[in-house]
Amino acid sequence: MNTHTPALTVEGVSKTFDVSAPWLNRVLERRPKLFVKAVADVSFTVEKGTCCSIVGESGCGKSTVARLVTGLYRTTSGNISFGTGAEGRPIRVQMIFQDPHSSVNPRWRVGDIIAEPIREMKLRDTEAETLARVRELLETVGLGADDAQKYPHEFSGGQRQRISIARALASEPELLVCDEPTSALDVSVQAQILNLMRRLQDELGLTYLFISHDLSVVRHMSDQIAVMYLGRIVEQAPVEQLFTDPQHPYSQLLLKTIPDVKNPKRRVEAQAGEPPSPLNPPSGCAFHPRCPIAMEKCKAIMPELLQADGQARVACHAVAQKE
Amino acid sequence: MTQPILASKDHEVAIPALEVSGLSVEFPSRRGTLLAIDHVSMRIAPGEILGVVGESGAGKSITGLAVLGLLEHPGRISGGEIHVGGRRVDTLSEAELTKVRGREMGAIFQDPLTALNPLFTVGKQLVETIRLHSDMTKQAANARALELLQSVGIPAPEERLRQYPHQFSGGMRQRVVIALALAAGPRLIIADEPTTALDVSIQAQITALLRRLCDETGVGIMLVTHDMGVIAETADRVCVMYSGRVVESGPVEDVIHNPQHPYTKGLMAAIPSLHDRVETLAQIDGSMPRLNARPPGCAFHPRCPHAGPKCSAATPPLVSVGTTSAACWLQQGGCQ
Repeated sequence: MNTHTPALTVEGVSKTFDVSAPWLNRVLERRPKLFVKAVADVSFTVEKGTCCSIVGESGCGKSTVARLVTGLYRTTSGNISFGTGAEGRPIRVQMIFQDPHSSVNPRWRVGDIIAEPIREMKLRDTEAETLARVRELLETVGLGADDAQKYPHEFSGGQRQRISIARALASEPELLVCDEPTSALDVSVQAQILNLMRRLQDELGLTYLFISHDLSVVRHMSDQIAVMYLGRIVEQAPVEQLFTDPQHPYSQLLLKTIPDVKNPKRRVEAQAGEPPSPLNPPSGCAFHPRCPIAMEKCKAIMPELLQADGQARVACHAVAQKE
Repeated sequence: MTQPILASKDHEVAIPALEVSGLSVEFPSRRGTLLAIDHVSMRIAPGEILGVVGESGAGKSITGLAVLGLLEHPGRISGGEIHVGGRRVDTLSEAELTKVRGREMGAIFQDPLTALNPLFTVGKQLVETIRLHSDMTKQAANARALELLQSVGIPAPEERLRQYPHQFSGGMRQRVVIALALAAGPRLIIADEPTTALDVSIQAQITALLRRLCDETGVGIMLVTHDMGVIAETADRVCVMYSGRVVESGPVEDVIHNPQHPYTKGLMAAIPSLHDRVETLAQIDGSMPRLNARPPGCAFHPRCPHAGPKCSAATPPLVSVGTTSAACWLQQGGCQ
């Protein structure tokens, strides 16, 4: 499964958004321009055939990374490069979005939604071949071939997410960027979609960049995990290591606070504050106001992402000192 | 006379905070009447958290809204009784209901921003709510508001009282909404997905807060959520709903570790584990039926691995199986 050839390399990528008030307000109210550093100096690689996940709370920049990788946003600085795929050309990328209700066109028949990338990229020569491919894709994702004639409103949320997976597969991608693909779905339907995605990965040799806030889903899907906090990766480790031995205090906090169905930690009041606003991030390590082991150094100096135990990389002064 | 600040835990132990028996809710439409809730019964003791769990469309939120008397037109209660603190509320007029709502029962909804008025300070909203339900003076109400903010764990409450909702973060706003729900010392709080809009680390803080308030004040809480993890960490007992019916109910540990109904079993198996990794998750094929296409008999039978002829012929009643209750023919003489 692990071939050690990178499918995706992200190097020192940053993205800054201008969130200033309109020009006139700035002049009249003497307000400065405002920038949000949504993603700051993020680097990681995803190896072919594996699944790399990015987890974090809302506003940590994980969806921005997904959109940078797929080219929906331009990077402010840094490099994103793709490995070589079939026939020596760069790897093809597609994206699956969170909300299956808004990511498919309600006025198009399902067949047309799925056929659009095939027609647009001229992947099939004749219309008959295109339609045959659409039927094949529908069956691949567990729908019926005659569903091509229906409209999206005739399907449930889980089936609609299958349609958007079929559409993503239509252009024969090798890397799928999945932005919270199951968070709008119910648990029993989520299991169906996760199983489908795992099966497709085995059958088609897909590589996944998986964005989620749900640690149990991430544990089920991924090989590598990157934990983001306020635009930066604070810890990156193989899945087993992160879940058994999290190094960064933020990873530890996340693992401590997720509800656990089988071994609930009842009546433990977590007192760890709230994530600060990305508009005005704390100095030094952004996590220091919530960190139980914060030192003087943490308030002043931003820790670098350094090699730690095993294959983990951790951005924490306390962990670096231990080494 | 001073109002009891928080309902005392010891008195009136015998009277349940909420008793719902045989509740049915229907939505008349041009194409016939849709039965959203079908003979649902539940009971919440003072100081107890009852988790109501189910997938979207199971009717869990409608149950909460029916108790609050907030069903939107054309939805109406077509059968059953609702008692809050021993008083029947489903037959009350709108004017009487307005008095009961807030004083006897409070509500916490998913989105804390829409539950607060953005034009008034948090202090003003709290004081208004307190004075509406009691004859306190302004000063006394102010002191009570301060005390409420303290009890829900908001730091620097004096300062926070003078601030507007937009100056609070999501988690802090939800704490304000909880303080508002507690303002009149109600017997029952309906919490509809109170942590769904929040991040995990904040979610843990809010569920722990609900748990603590429940223990301290003796208020009964109906916690409506789709997240089994939240139920496992917070609730005492749980009702699992499917397609408008309660399919299983019982103490939370028993339902989680030893589920009886095939739907609950499937639901528990479908949750990815935090401890070990499996190649494929157990999945329940299909999805919950729509209200206008509910199958006859047990609504779960088209998705059920054990379904037999009896399941499509008759609806199984909720009967006790050991420590829990389940509505499945499997425990009642088989599905054949």
